[in-house]
Amino acid sequence: MTAPRDRAAGPEPIDPDIEGIAVPAPAGGPGPAQAQGPVLAAVAAGGAAGAAARYGAALLWPTATAAFPWTTLAVNALGCAVIGVFMVLVTEAWHAHRLVRPFFGTGVLGGFTTFSTYAVDIQRLIGDGHARTALACLALTPLAALAAVWTAASTTRRALSRRRR
Amino acid sequence: MNWLLVLTGAAVGAPLRYLTDRAVQARHDSVFPWGTFTVNVVGCLVLGVLTGAVTYGAASDSVQLLVGTGLCGALTTYSTFSYETLRLAETGARFLAAANAVASVAAGLGAAVTGAALARAVWG
Repeated sequence: MTAPRDRAAGPEPIDPDIEGIAVPAPAGGPGPAQAQGPVLAAVAAGGAAGAAARYGAALLWPTATAAFPWTTLAVNALGCAVIGVFMVLVTEAWHAHRLVRPFFGTGVLGGFTTFSTYAVDIQRLIGDGHARTALACLALTPLAALAAVWTAASTTRRALSRRRR
Repeated sequence: MNWLLVLTGAAVGAPLRYLTDRAVQARHDSVFPWGTFTVNVVGCLVLGVLTGAVTYGAASDSVQLLVGTGLCGALTTYSTFSYETLRLAETGARFLAAANAVASVAAGLGAAVTGAALARAVWG
């Protein structure tokens, strides 16, 4: 299930939403649903907080019809940068409580960033005849997101190894 | 009230992503992040239908906030998608990383277009 990993690539998981998030085995008593209870509650609370922050950003910086959806791009790029820092810290530096990752990584950052608004914004721009803006959004968003997560993760790893030396 | 709708939708959408991701990842052996791919594509389809429904007056702005901004927004994720793409590339699975980026964007947009077309067929 896991990819062959070389050392330089670091020990972080591939799927940050579920891999390494411990769900205690139901020891005779509660069923799997109950055992997952605290994790699900942490994900729900984090998701609500993250989505509220995204909604607040959309209210503060609304996107006019036919305009480039900069707010959604900025929210997504910011969330990608933060997950890059967070996953390296939580895997290599912190001994965080077992609900920290479900709350912050899966919940807050997952709720803050959005793939559906990205796709539907592009679909609407195409439908309204703004193909060039749509194409720019289509390409720029994943480029910004990947640049953000890569820069954040590698900078954090470098900072950690400098501190250990 | 608007904030409550967004919070409620997201409090359902985020755990739904977590549970779907777990269920999907438990059912295959490859390193391809099918779980995140699935939630993202489903969320794009639902938001496409919903945005169309709002345009044609079949759904209210409250439903848009609850199901669109809240539920679909929290069900789908860009942070997990880009992080998984990065980790695939870093662990040597370069082809899968590129395939994940291209397929997620293409399928997400395809789902949004399909959702909008469905809404037009039903309410347009």
